[in-house]
Amino acid sequence: MRSLEAAAVTSPGEPWLNIAIFGAFVAITMIIVFRASRNNKTAADYYAAGRSFTGGQNGSAIAGDYLSAASFLGIVGAIAITGYDGFLYSIGFLVAWLVALLLVAELLRNTGKFTMADVLSFRLKQRPVRIAAATTTLVVCFFYLLAQMAGAGGLVSLLLGVGDQLGQALVITVVGALMILYVLIGGMKGTTWVQIIKAVLLIAGAGVMTVWVLAINGFNFSTLLDNAVAISGNPEILNPGIKYGVSDVAKVDFLSLGLALVLGTAALPHVLMRFYTVPTAKEARKSVVWAIWLIGIFYVFTLVLGYGAAALVGPEAIAAAPGGPNSAAPLLAFELGGPLLLGLISAIAFATILAVVAGLTITAAASFAHDIYASVVKKGKPAAGAEVKVARRTVVIIGVVAIIGGIGANGQNVAFLVALAFAVAASANLPTIVYSLFWKRFTTQGALWSMYGGLASAILLIAFSPVVSGSVTSMLKSEEINFAIFPLSNPGIVSIPLAFFLGWLGTVLDKTVESPAKQSEMEVRSLTGVGAEKASHH
Amino acid sequence: MGNDALSAETATATDVDYRAVQESAEFRTLRRTHRRFVFPVLGACLLWYLAYVLLAGYAHDFMSTPVFGSINVAILLGLAQVVTTFAVTTWYVSFANRKLDPLSEEIRDELETDGLGTPAAASQVEVNR
Repeated sequence: MRSLEAAAVTSPGEPWLNIAIFGAFVAITMIIVFRASRNNKTAADYYAAGRSFTGGQNGSAIAGDYLSAASFLGIVGAIAITGYDGFLYSIGFLVAWLVALLLVAELLRNTGKFTMADVLSFRLKQRPVRIAAATTTLVVCFFYLLAQMAGAGGLVSLLLGVGDQLGQALVITVVGALMILYVLIGGMKGTTWVQIIKAVLLIAGAGVMTVWVLAINGFNFSTLLDNAVAISGNPEILNPGIKYGVSDVAKVDFLSLGLALVLGTAALPHVLMRFYTVPTAKEARKSVVWAIWLIGIFYVFTLVLGYGAAALVGPEAIAAAPGGPNSAAPLLAFELGGPLLLGLISAIAFATILAVVAGLTITAAASFAHDIYASVVKKGKPAAGAEVKVARRTVVIIGVVAIIGGIGANGQNVAFLVALAFAVAASANLPTIVYSLFWKRFTTQGALWSMYGGLASAILLIAFSPVVSGSVTSMLKSEEINFAIFPLSNPGIVSIPLAFFLGWLGTVLDKTVESPAKQSEMEVRSLTGVGAEKASHH
Repeated sequence: MGNDALSAETATATDVDYRAVQESAEFRTLRRTHRRFVFPVLGACLLWYLAYVLLAGYAHDFMSTPVFGSINVAILLGLAQVVTTFAVTTWYVSFANRKLDPLSEEIRDELETDGLGTPAAASQVEVNR
């Protein structure tokens, strides 16, 4: 404990060791990306990895894509400091996968090609629906990306001992440049391999630490909880309510967050796009099963690690460390395995950011190139090879925007952006996905009202919420500017039902009838897989 | 291989009467079997999750009751959510393998032997939907 308190003042561990381990990760994944990307020629290769991954590989990649730094560092830290309320996040993030498994994954794989818009515009009017779906895709990816890049700056201060803004900006630039390189060269194949390797490292690393923490406590979880209570001096950390039980508004706010988490996951564009990398719907099903097991086991680990950090490091030391709650997992690693384990966990945390931003970038680029450029601008007839070329250029542009945005948002309080991305996905995308798959009568007008209504309401409610203005902890960091007329920090409880309602209203008020032949085709294809996109052969 | 024209990317069937398939008894059985499983099961899971969230928010004392040592109801219910998620996943996979896949394979085979979806019949150009 003593050595740690001294170390926690600056960065614990050896920054150069951390950098060396991360460098090794980058070198190994780069070689794999180069080898995997030799066959990247067609759009199906570039966006969907030739549909050649197995369910197990894709499931691991989904876990690698989904378990962001917010999941790993954020949840462990939240449990260490606010106790049980941190675990509530994990449950929402996990249960959400049942929506993906039961309603979305297979049907989407059977009817789509590269993007979410493929499915949404299948039997509705191409241009307006594609533009709307591409817009929501880009917005969700942008919010998620910005949160990850800004988080990278915070991680740097903690893990590499880089405290000044310039040094952090440099590291954000390096992370962004690496990400551009992976996606540019590797396409979906390279991105997938980075995510698989990262998922294996993350889950293995968390697993080792979990067993270690339990071993220290005689493999008795109850003893671990007792120690956590003793060190933190607060028995309430075992009970719900420290964070979300403080007021009636906080309780409703949590309900709103829970709704967004559970309904947003199955509508996140970068998750949906992963289902196209497997050859059949059956493999898509297997992917989700793998993902559910890996993600579920990981979240159980976070429960042990969170209370382990409370017991072995202590909430005060965590709160005082650079990076605050995010430092709980790295500090616990240092306490258990010294600088070497800290270096490994730090490198995994960086790999996590890299893998997640790569997945977001390729999704956004595919949506722009496939939905906007090829389908809307070129009316579905782009010149040979032009679509992939546009996708690659878009990758560079998004990468540069992410770097600039990440540097700009560094040090800002933008943690709400991840929750907002889930809320936008649940409001703008999920109703239209569900209606177009299961409601025969659904029309273009319903889709547009629901998508734009869901998107606009989620963003407007956040803009007028306490996370943007009204207190020193809000984004504007001042009590003077206060336009927070919406009391909740999570818009989901309003915007999700509203978007479902608008989709219904837009449809029943619409006198046009969509092509019944297309509806028949979509329904038959979605359930049987007739005419689904096949794997490309190399 | 490696270009769009050769990779059997799209098999857009304009000659298949999807309307007829949709109204066939086999397909209606498949659709009914699918929906009768996924809607109630997903509904139950979401209600179970909602109940958990509401308990965590509003039944503080109940959730704080210790059960084994310091392990309380909240932790057990949280782990129970994980267990039910795993269980429903396994249940759905077994259901899909036993009931859904044979039905959908039968319909698919029937349509594909009619010339749809086989590599030879796959359209030669990238067709945009």
